Amino acid sequence: MDLASAKVIGAGLAAIGVGAAAAGVGYVFGSFLQSALRNPAAADSQQGRLFIGFAAAELLGLMAFAIAMIILYAFKG
Amino acid sequence: MAAGDIDPMHQFKIEPIFGSFNGGHNPFVFTNSALWTLIVLGAIWFFMFGGMRRELIPGRWQVAVEGLIGFVDDMVHASIGPEGKKYLPWVFTAFIFLLFANLMGNMPFGIVAKAHPFTVTSQFTFTGVMSLISFAIVLGVGFWKHGLHFFSLFVPSGVHWIGKVLLFPIEFVSFMVRPFSLGLRPFIAMFAGHILLDIFGNFVVQGLQASGSGILISILCFLFVAFISALELLVAAIQAYVFAILTSLYINDAVNLH
Repeated sequence: MDLASAKVIGAGLAAIGVGAAAAGVGYVFGSFLQSALRNPAAADSQQGRLFIGFAAAELLGLMAFAIAMIILYAFKG
Repeated sequence: MAAGDIDPMHQFKIEPIFGSFNGGHNPFVFTNSALWTLIVLGAIWFFMFGGMRRELIPGRWQVAVEGLIGFVDDMVHASIGPEGKKYLPWVFTAFIFLLFANLMGNMPFGIVAKAHPFTVTSQFTFTGVMSLISFAIVLGVGFWKHGLHFFSLFVPSGVHWIGKVLLFPIEFVSFMVRPFSLGLRPFIAMFAGHILLDIFGNFVVQGLQASGSGILISILCFLFVAFISALELLVAAIQAYVFAILTSLYINDAVNLH
């Protein structure tokens, strides 16, 4: 396999991580909604924690994207 | 690059503008990034000073400005407590700068030739320096208030000493990676969104140029670009909010030490 095709395949594999992060972000908001509907009075005070969880899950997906971009554009083999 | 190829990285290129500055080996060149930073700064000043007339019965503009400040103030107060008032200036500055830079980078000025908006927050140099400032505030406040006791941040209380030995390196690494992750987040969110917009915008044009069913692809891609643009506005606001809330939580760690 030549390097150009290996790069494209590697970038595609790195993009799988973005899908995994999508599952994580969905889980964060899903669990928040589930518990917020059970106790709506306490929901507003937990919004900061909601966004921390969202940010942590999202960051890992963004890192997968960054790796795909590094493989595609920054890596001159 | 061949004529049909898409080059999504071109939009992030920092290049000197107003060529007269570019003579010789002058290291201080006025770039498009600098121009758009100034435009963002001007927009922030326009927005803030327009709403600071302190009328007894506030108009719409003053309500908007006061609402924005009150929103950040509530957030800082909720995460740091009564001592948080001291740190409001930096948190609000970071919030409003990220918000305006992200939103103004999304504006469709590209219709006018040579007026392509440059998203200053799509460069890690910008967001990285902002996160380093936040981290420096955390370190400074922590060591100023608590001295060497600040290191107890890395040792969870109520754990057996074997657990402490094991947890210390993990806590330390997770603390040291904060400035990196804090700056990376707004940068990559803007970067990824603009690449997506660029690629699908190119698909619209290429679909129009192609024969046969290309027009159908073109219409679908245009709808997708419209949807993603709306999503980008949401992401721009969320990233500014996340940066502000994480900064105030990190400062809370330094002020209150668990």
